[in-house]
Amino acid sequence: MSIGKYSFKKVDSIVFGVLSPKMIKKMASVKIVTPELYDKEGYPVDGGLMDIRLGVIDPGLRCKTCGSKLKECIGHFGYIEMARPVIHYKFVSQMLNLLRTTCRECGKILMSQNDLKSNLKKLRKVEHLFGLEERRILTKSLILKTKTINKCPHCKARQQKITLEKPTTFLENDKRISPIEIRTRLEKIPDEDGELLGLRTGSIRPEWMVLTVLSVPPVTMRPSITLQSGQRAEDDLTHKLSDIVRINQRLFENINAGAPEIIVEDLWDLLQYHITTFFDNNVAQLPPARHRSGQPLKTLKERVESKEGRIRHNLAGKRTNYSSRTVISPDPMLHLNEVGVPIMVAKKLTIPERVTEWNMEYLKKFVERGPKTYPGANYVVRPDGKKKTITDETKEQLLEDMKPGFLVERHLMDGDVAIFNRQPSLHRMSMMCHKVKVLPYKTFRLNPSVCYPYNADFDGDEMNLHIPQTEEARAEAQTLMLVETQIVSPAYGLSIIGCLFDSVSGNYVLTKDLEFPRKDAIDILFQVGVEDFSRLPGKKMITGKEIFSVIMPEDFNFIAVTMKGDNVKIKKGELVEGFIDNITIGRGSGLIFRKLHRKYGINKTVDILVKVMKLGIEILRKVGLTSSISDTDLPTSSINQIQKILEESYAEVNNYIDQWRQGNLEAYPGRTIKETLELMILRKLNKAREDTGNLVLDTADKRSGTSIMADSGARGKPANLSSMAGMVGQLAVKGKRIEKGYYHRALPLFKKHDLSPAAHGFIKSCYKSGMLPQEFFFITMTGRDSLMDVALRTPKSGYLYRRLANAMQDLRVEYDNTVRDASGKIVQFSYGEDGIDVSKSENGILNMKSIVEK
Amino acid sequence: MKIPKKLSKKIPKKIIEDFKKEVGNVPESKLKKLFVDLEKSYDDSKVEPGESVGLISAESLGEPGTQMTLDTKHFAGFSEMDLSSGLPRVIEVLDGRKTIKTPSMEIYLKSPYNKGKDVKKLALSIKELKLEDVSSEFLISVVDSVIEVILNPAKLKEFHLKSSDVEKTIKKSTKGIVVQLKDDKLILKIKTKDESLNFIYKIKEKLKKTYISGIKGIRQVLPVKVDGEFVIKTSGINLAGVLQLKFVDTERTYSNDLYEVAEVLGVEAVRQLIITEASKVFESQGISVNVRHFMLVADTMTHSGKVKGITRYGIVSEKASVLARASFETPIKHIIEASLLGEKDKLNSVIENVMLNQPVPVGTGLPGLVTKIK
Repeated sequence: MSIGKYSFKKVDSIVFGVLSPKMIKKMASVKIVTPELYDKEGYPVDGGLMDIRLGVIDPGLRCKTCGSKLKECIGHFGYIEMARPVIHYKFVSQMLNLLRTTCRECGKILMSQNDLKSNLKKLRKVEHLFGLEERRILTKSLILKTKTINKCPHCKARQQKITLEKPTTFLENDKRISPIEIRTRLEKIPDEDGELLGLRTGSIRPEWMVLTVLSVPPVTMRPSITLQSGQRAEDDLTHKLSDIVRINQRLFENINAGAPEIIVEDLWDLLQYHITTFFDNNVAQLPPARHRSGQPLKTLKERVESKEGRIRHNLAGKRTNYSSRTVISPDPMLHLNEVGVPIMVAKKLTIPERVTEWNMEYLKKFVERGPKTYPGANYVVRPDGKKKTITDETKEQLLEDMKPGFLVERHLMDGDVAIFNRQPSLHRMSMMCHKVKVLPYKTFRLNPSVCYPYNADFDGDEMNLHIPQTEEARAEAQTLMLVETQIVSPAYGLSIIGCLFDSVSGNYVLTKDLEFPRKDAIDILFQVGVEDFSRLPGKKMITGKEIFSVIMPEDFNFIAVTMKGDNVKIKKGELVEGFIDNITIGRGSGLIFRKLHRKYGINKTVDILVKVMKLGIEILRKVGLTSSISDTDLPTSSINQIQKILEESYAEVNNYIDQWRQGNLEAYPGRTIKETLELMILRKLNKAREDTGNLVLDTADKRSGTSIMADSGARGKPANLSSMAGMVGQLAVKGKRIEKGYYHRALPLFKKHDLSPAAHGFIKSCYKSGMLPQEFFFITMTGRDSLMDVALRTPKSGYLYRRLANAMQDLRVEYDNTVRDASGKIVQFSYGEDGIDVSKSENGILNMKSIVEK
Repeated sequence: MKIPKKLSKKIPKKIIEDFKKEVGNVPESKLKKLFVDLEKSYDDSKVEPGESVGLISAESLGEPGTQMTLDTKHFAGFSEMDLSSGLPRVIEVLDGRKTIKTPSMEIYLKSPYNKGKDVKKLALSIKELKLEDVSSEFLISVVDSVIEVILNPAKLKEFHLKSSDVEKTIKKSTKGIVVQLKDDKLILKIKTKDESLNFIYKIKEKLKKTYISGIKGIRQVLPVKVDGEFVIKTSGINLAGVLQLKFVDTERTYSNDLYEVAEVLGVEAVRQLIITEASKVFESQGISVNVRHFMLVADTMTHSGKVKGITRYGIVSEKASVLARASFETPIKHIIEASLLGEKDKLNSVIENVMLNQPVPVGTGLPGLVTKIK
């Protein structure tokens, strides 16, 4: 951006209105009179739709209107003089209302002068007090009231019944009113009466809704594409416009030649059709205009509307340079806020640096290395805005010319600021600022702990990287978007970044009951990054709790409850009671980190977070953690016991079924007997599953890898263990036992009307022993059910999110602490009733204990 | 304890009360420092002006929405009415739908009834009874255009009704029909001249649905013990009707229909209802979201004084900016409407400025410099 050439202005407001025929002519630079586009030499025809006075789309040509070249000329409008007036399709309903509510003779609204005055006053008052929305509602009710009056209070003329034959034909007592007649009637409506009917004087006159001239959009918004064969393919709009011009010229000729009225009428209708489809090619009653290939044309409405339309695709969504995208992979050796950028990418993405007399030598070295050697530079921008590529040929000249004021676009280097993003960007943590670390190979690398906020994994996920180009952008990204600043989630006020998997289970086994010789303990801590061992007790054997405590700050107090309900207590930086698990350090929970964040600030928290993470991994490297099939072995006694539970519950269920068959079962209130039976069976079977689950957990080895993972919350739940070792239990499709499939039975191997557990998706096997064939079928059924659930849910929740975001995007906290929308209406007097930020407090609550105890 | 005026003006009541509870008996000398700490802690936790709280709330609700299941997977218990839950219910609430899938009420009772006295009887007395519920057969005699309704004595007893009561209400609610009671048989003679079978059949179908007793709209009742007290859960709603009953605790009785609550109790109640209903679903799916996000959504839906859903007909249509409305749905319609009235878009919300490549007036885009840069 070079200053001087352009002037920067801010758009303050945009006023909407309807163009008058006069205005259309005034702003036009050409009158279009011929449907031909190019002459024999391929040069645009004067007065044609590609007239070069409408703007340029070919390189090398100059615009005849403004004299600028391609890309500089924004294009100019033209116009077509209509042979006969034509109705504008988008205003049809407004015109119908106007015709119905005004007198056919004198054009005044069907309302006495006094009523008009008082209603107008009321209308203005409503608009002033409640805004345009309320005014529209009032106008609607006024129209509804006046529509039925059939005698003009002014000239006493009787009114006829006016109907609309869709899409654009108006009928009065079943006789057609020509657009000319409509236009003369609309012309007669006084300004004041128009205002009462919802038209603002000054922005629209009723007769403008009937077109006498049609504005022709500039060629720049309907550029033709040159195909490889050298042929030109015109834009859909150009096609449509040339249809309009062609018919219009024919109509002119026929009228001048005095052709019979029928022919003129036919042509007129055809013109009407073309104009209507020019605006909207999806009118219900009209066949859409098509290409020769049969594909419908994309005309004005289709260009603007829907997700791929101008508004949502081009205006609300932007594209950007200085960005890149590739596959991601993990690298636990990176710092939390770093992103590993492949060297190939680093050579393409650049950062502009201004040359001053102090950094001239430094930057010259980059230019010297050029675009191929890293770290080099790709471009030099001169103060006059000229961008020069650095090549072997230009290098020397550029080096010679370089003066303070030049810009050097140098390669990305370690420590540069970048914004990293993974789609779908559902919350603000989906776009965070990272520091660049240039690395070999071809993937983006990130610390596994930031996967959770991005919701990323490494099964082929790709992510985007953006490089901010100005100081303001970099400053803002660093202070507002840096990973550290996003540790506490604004949704539920807990740390969203935390340890995961091995880091959690490692810390769990460490703090549970491990012991190390002092030498090993020092070893581990050094690996983690601790250099001061003075807080390590001088004993021979050092417990895991003591090792963990070294990382905590010395004056840190903390109380929490683990997943299993044990107390965890850190007193003056010592872990005195309990052990560490997912609740205290995990992602999406991490109570310790929230507290640290509140007390010690960002930097120290991140430091400790990284150390805790490394500690967990380091411990597992020392002691190892294996999840093996023998973890699910059960003693024979337990297997027998499970068998017994199964038999008992089967017997009980059969008992219920027998009772039901005999009609002895009593229904629960509000349920039918059959529902009651189902509920009873379900309850019994779930009890059986729970019992086996408990049995498995009681007998399982607490030191097995699987148990440790489940107990620490690192991965899996105790229920997973019980379905591996004990029994899978009852499956459900849509909250019921499986019923669907065949006539009165779920699978053909069962008898009809069989209500027994096995026939409806109860699985007595465990995953280790393997499924019976019918059980396997049932499991695939639930699998399909959950797939369906996901496929249905994603678009639904996406739409809900879009609506929420759209409705609430302009709410903000004002300087007086009220929450207001864009028009200044107060939504909340104080954010969340107390003005507290969720991410700055403990889930929106001030912790009084910590204030008082301090 | 005396709170300095400066503090009590600045800090919300709730926080001061929490503070008082926690402090207890602390000597005066220490108190002064605690006040300073409290003020600092409060200032540190406050939202910053310009914070785009609306979008944060939208994100906080929209993001977990993708993780929710459509229908609850857990098995419905005995003491529960079948309620729609999961994402469909959230959508229903935030849309501000007029008719909801599972209208339901929780009727709390005054003592002594809430301890279990006559609960079953009370519950049944609320349920809307139709003639078909208490009769066992409907017979048509075509010859003399008579409909015979045979009442079911067991059912009548269950609902504590007498056959004469049924006769009375039927008499009241029908016209042009002579009603006679013979034992447990209602004989209805049709007086009109139109004696076609079709007509009689229609009347019979109408009779089946004739209201006998109870409260209209309550289709099912289920007395349940919750936290040591009896509550009647219903499917079908009629808040206005239920609140008039003598044994009902009017303060806690609850209906899940936004529009009914708006009519009976006002928008403030609807706001609370949106918060509880929406957060209930999130909670049941094990997703924790701070209340203030629900609050903000509820406030945007109700701050105009009416219930407005988050749809193109609701809040979005209320926006002052044409471009903001157009960017949501049906852009052409909004632009045409704006052109009729010569609407002016002052560009003071987010999306319009994004469209025009200008700084957005929230967050760091909000403050302006007093000094103008050339």
